[in-house]
Amino acid sequence: MKTIKSILGIALISLFTLSSCSSDDNTIVIDNTPDFSGTFAQQDQMGRPAVNTVFVGSASKDTFNTTIPSQQSAAFQAMFETNLTGLSPAFANPGDQNALGQDAATFTGLLATDVLNVSLDGTTTFFDGTNVLTGRALADDVITVELLLIFGGEDFTENPNLSDDNVDANDKPFLSSFPYLASPW
Amino acid sequence: MKRVTTILGISIVLIGSFFLIAADHIDAPAVQGTSSDITDFYAFQGEDTNSIAFVVNTQGLLSPAATGNASFNENTLIEINIDTSGDNVEDLVIQAIPRGDKMYFFGPVAPSATGLNSVIETSGTASSVDITAYGSAAITETNNGMKFFAGPRDDPFFMDFAQYGEIIAGNATSFNDPGSDTFAGTNVLSIVVEVPKSLIGGSGTINVWAESKGKQ
Repeated sequence: MKTIKSILGIALISLFTLSSCSSDDNTIVIDNTPDFSGTFAQQDQMGRPAVNTVFVGSASKDTFNTTIPSQQSAAFQAMFETNLTGLSPAFANPGDQNALGQDAATFTGLLATDVLNVSLDGTTTFFDGTNVLTGRALADDVITVELLLIFGGEDFTENPNLSDDNVDANDKPFLSSFPYLASPW
Repeated sequence: MKRVTTILGISIVLIGSFFLIAADHIDAPAVQGTSSDITDFYAFQGEDTNSIAFVVNTQGLLSPAATGNASFNENTLIEINIDTSGDNVEDLVIQAIPRGDKMYFFGPVAPSATGLNSVIETSGTASSVDITAYGSAAITETNNGMKFFAGPRDDPFFMDFAQYGEIIAGNATSFNDPGSDTFAGTNVLSIVVEVPKSLIGGSGTINVWAESKGKQ
């Protein structure tokens, strides 16, 4: 394609238009506007980190990804609660809560609607010891937060061997300015 | 720990392949290993505190050797959904889709229909940025107060996923200290958009999520 571009030498003729049209019907139409037509159907979905992978049984993962958030709690909260109480000794007994004061039903009710809550009024963090679920920053140790909420019990002290993966930061420093993510390896 | 081990052992039987696989990396069979696999989603206050930055990462666990050949797919629409009214239904979307060497963006705009099927909302504010090639400095664009980036970046996610797998498999009863970041040295294909708060609700709390949608 680079050869075509250099032969034409005309920046106005967009390469992508040529290729998208030719793949349809082998007719090259000169058009500056990319083709944005068509219907796009949902395949993957993500709000909070690790929710689908942790709380959804393997047979339901694709279904969870194609259930709209407003219908997720009704469809999946019971599964989440079953999986949470089966997974974590900190939720094995009736009345068990996490450090946010949530019992299994409340905690999984929150998580089953897989959206990320974001504050437009200040600090944005998954959890920083003070602010809870006001966003997700790059440096947030979301896995340890989730492990603590799953395994750490009422005061984050239960199951210490399971409630922190002891990886607390990224392998490259983040940038203070846009686009914030570090350059690739 | 005996009780913990026993309970975990039982849970393995009950839950089967119930696995914590990274933030959302390779989370489901239909999207695993495809351009539609969203690995992570972030939303945070930008360097300009009047703005929110959104990050959608796809195609995780790219080795440096594989990153140069990784590309966005013209049939995969990445959509950031924004609920400003608290009902978990999107009131605004920001759409990103590649054409040629550019990533095109539309929005924030009220979608013509909510839910599982989308059309590209070309009536929304249109923006684009050259997709940054592997090994090149990040190319960014600004339009209407927004900033845009698309291209390979270091995967910002970190976790000792390997040891978690050992625990769930019953081969270990504890994380290691220090742990080992399974995602160290790997890349993702990133889309980063920074948007003035005034365009996405202004104040209060919004609910956001990312979707990938395939052309039918």
